[in-house]
Amino acid sequence: MDTEILARIQFAFTIAFHYIYPPLSIGLGLILVIMEGMYLRTGEKMYEQMTRFWIKIFALIFGIGVATGIVMEFEFGTNWATYSKYVGDIFGSALAAEGIFAFALESGFLGVLLFGWNRVGPKVHFFSTVMVWLGSMFSAVWIVVANSWQQTPAGYHIVGEGLKARAEITDFWAMVFNPSSVDRLSHVWIGSFLAGAFFVMSVNAWYILKNRHLAIAKPAFKIALVVAVISSLAQLFTGHSSAGGVAKNQPAKLAALEGHYDSLAVADMYLLGWVDQKTQKVTGIGIPGGLTFLLHQDFKTPVRGLKSFREEDRPRQVNAVFQFYHIMVAIGMALIGLSLLGAWFWRSGRLFEKRWLMQVFVWAVLLPQIANQAGWFAAEMGRQPWVVYGLLRTSDAFSRTVTANQILFSLALFTLVYVVLLVLFLYLLTRKIQHGPEDGTHHIEDNEAFSRRENPLMRNTPKP
Amino acid sequence: MFFGIEYSTWWFLVFGAVITGYAILDGFDLGAGALHLFLKKEESRRIALNAIGPVWDGNEVWLVIGGGALFAGFPVAYAAIFSAFYVPFMIFIVGLIYRAVAIEFRSKEPGKIWRASWDFIYFFACTTVTLSLGLMLGNVALGIPLDANHEFAGNWLDFFNPFSILVSITTLALFMMHGAIFLTMKTENRLFAKLTLLAKNFTIFFVIAFVLTSLYTLLYIPHLSDQIRSNPQFFILPIIMVLAVANIPRQLTRGQYLWAFISSAVTIASLLATVAIEVYPFLVFAPNDPANSITIVNAASSEKTMGILLTIALIGTPMVGLYTAFVFWTFKGKVKLDDMSY
Ligand code: HDD
Ligand code: HEM
Ligand code: HEM
Repeated sequence: MDTEILARIQFAFTIAFHYIYPPLSIGLGLILVIMEGMYLRTGEKMYEQMTRFWIKIFALIFGIGVATGIVMEFEFGTNWATYSKYVGDIFGSALAAEGIFAFALESGFLGVLLFGWNRVGPKVHFFSTVMVWLGSMFSAVWIVVANSWQQTPAGYHIVGEGLKARAEITDFWAMVFNPSSVDRLSHVWIGSFLAGAFFVMSVNAWYILKNRHLAIAKPAFKIALVVAVISSLAQLFTGHSSAGGVAKNQPAKLAALEGHYDSLAVADMYLLGWVDQKTQKVTGIGIPGGLTFLLHQDFKTPVRGLKSFREEDRPRQVNAVFQFYHIMVAIGMALIGLSLLGAWFWRSGRLFEKRWLMQVFVWAVLLPQIANQAGWFAAEMGRQPWVVYGLLRTSDAFSRTVTANQILFSLALFTLVYVVLLVLFLYLLTRKIQHGPEDGTHHIEDNEAFSRRENPLMRNTPKP
Repeated sequence: MFFGIEYSTWWFLVFGAVITGYAILDGFDLGAGALHLFLKKEESRRIALNAIGPVWDGNEVWLVIGGGALFAGFPVAYAAIFSAFYVPFMIFIVGLIYRAVAIEFRSKEPGKIWRASWDFIYFFACTTVTLSLGLMLGNVALGIPLDANHEFAGNWLDFFNPFSILVSITTLALFMMHGAIFLTMKTENRLFAKLTLLAKNFTIFFVIAFVLTSLYTLLYIPHLSDQIRSNPQFFILPIIMVLAVANIPRQLTRGQYLWAFISSAVTIASLLATVAIEVYPFLVFAPNDPANSITIVNAASSEKTMGILLTIALIGTPMVGLYTAFVFWTFKGKVKLDDMSY
């Protein structure tokens, strides 16, 4: 395989693995802020136990998020040297801002969040929780700004030619507020809230099914459900707005998202389908004229199809882009349905009696994860063949001096490392969840009790 | 221009300061990890882990900021350095990953084998990270062959040259000394006595490694001391360094552990400053053809970006300083294990 493909596989693999954790950190951060805020307001012990339990889970997720993020920071230089030189002037400031404004904030206060209960007062601790959450929100800002710039460049000019060509900033704020950054940032944030909310609901639904920790599990579930209802509805709007932006700024991507080859006045919107790239036809069920209507609010204005672009300017994996996009949208609808269903049963007071509903919520944790991944894959593969849309081709962007073997070596290394990480992560997460919050009801032989026997240091500490 | 100095020089200073900050802060975490296996008892190991527990992540961020600073200010150097150091850098990164998860995972399970394995992984990761960091530093000081496009034109196996290996070992010794001194501030009783002894021994280890590296440099790579020889005022830096090192055992004996720690931080800072002075105005010197070298001028981003970056740094640095101080202050004093500890 050639270096370009390997470099792309490696980037996609490492970023997709990284992106399992950030949405959980951001979403769980929000929910921690709410839980601890409730504790401060009501002073109820139950909320403190709830917060403490979720902080421990948060620590685990955050740790892996950090470890896998470091890889990303340098991968631009290792695998995409030409790209780095081309966009460094612009991209670099976003990355530098991210480090200094966002990462320093979150990881600085993380120490207080995790270990500070007995060292600082409740208000200062709450403040730290808020700071960690804000830090993770900011980190999404800068990285999404950088990525949006590469989707819809603005506020720059090109200097130099050939191998020495590069983009330079002319207007910082135009670069930051490029045409897609606001839409995409809000979409990414809300996608993260959904990931966090459904995670919390999943764990608590499981406790409810097992009849454990009910005093904590029920209110925690409700907090997350509120977040889920609001976010899932909001996601429809930010997603729609993104699609409008894509139609305007990246028409070839939009055509790929919907699998349109011909420019049609009444373009259908598919609910599901299959793109045959040879015959350039889509087979599937769709809403006639739906796409035209959603984009232009009429049935007359044509939507550009892929055929109107030169062969070398079209995304190649049209079917994959189509599928990823449709998976995301379908999940978006499913999440709205689920959250509203939950809210409905809550209102009628039967939420926790519906065992089947709780069972669905246990598994629903996977849905936002899949949607987040699918969304990125649709956005990034739809951007092809450009790394920087309309300016720099992916095939020109990789590191010329790095050999295929070196990338293969590191790819194998990362695969190995990440598989081990994922297994350990899931193992420890399950253990933590089985152990549950410290509310005085122990159901299994747990860590704490064990270490109290084994570890002389803890033998004399009082039982919590 | 800013205060009569070119933006690119300012950014070189900022970058240097961030890297120095990283070496001082993460240096003690990595050092503490590299000496982890010298601590035998379960309790000692937990105390050592919890000493760095609340701060290591914040310290690692300095590396991230440094990466961002290099990317933003000198993209050409960022591209050349990381694609050239592909293999050592990947090893470095994997080491950082394992360091992070070892700290996080180790105390989550009580089993003896579980903990012993993570202890070893933790030690191994910290040692590998430090050694590869030193190896890359040595090679940057030495220079890397580059082609006319400022891209790497050598073989990565050449990175394992005697000079860089010496620098690598010196870095390990330096961080172990630094980490042991940090732990003396955090521990009590027998563990504390043991660490004081370790700190002294590592200081000796460092002095030996450093003298060997310096001798090798003077004999075989004389151009690495050109700047200092032609600008004698810079002799102050090695002098500060020697005084700082000499001060360490003295402060340890007097029981002034904070001062010992400050001395070893000064040692690190003056060492890196010396390297910076020798390197400036090059970022990557190309020994095969000096015309291909990457300098702070030909690698720099546009004036406009430099201005933006300095603004970001001016706003950001005091903020980072403020909450770093807050966190260190919150966790000052000896480590006490409680139910939230690792
Ligand atoms: C939507 C948000 C988002 C996206 C798209 C990315 N990240 Fe990320 N990243 C985060 C959100 C985040 C976070 C929430 O801030 C993390 C993850 C979990 C965590 O604990 O912090 C984090 C951690 C993290 C770290 C470690 C920071 C530390 O030490 O505290 C680095 C260096 C990066 N990321 C770099 C990147 C790069 C270079 C990306 C793009 C290629 C990237 N991340 C995509
Ligand atoms: C975090 C979620 C993200 C995911 C899941 C993701 C996914 C992907 C995928 C799947 C590819 C390969 C595309 C292909 O092979 O067709 C890719 C490539 C790439 N992405 Fe992303 N991406 C993410 C975020 C980002 C961000 C935040 C940036 C930059 C700031 C970025 C920059 C790139 C670059 C430079 C490439 C390589 C060039 C290319 O193949 O297009 N990505 N990404
Ligand atoms: C409800 C219907 C939804 C619609 C109409 C929609 C629409 C879109 C569109 C058009 C894009 C591409 C934007 C671009 O390339 O610039 C996108 C990307 C994305 N979507 Fe969605 N989306 C929906 C639901 C969801 C859900 C539920 C999630 C996650 C929980 C999600 C997560 C993402 C992510 C992570 C990206 C990549 C980042 C980005 O480009 O913004 N989406 N979405």
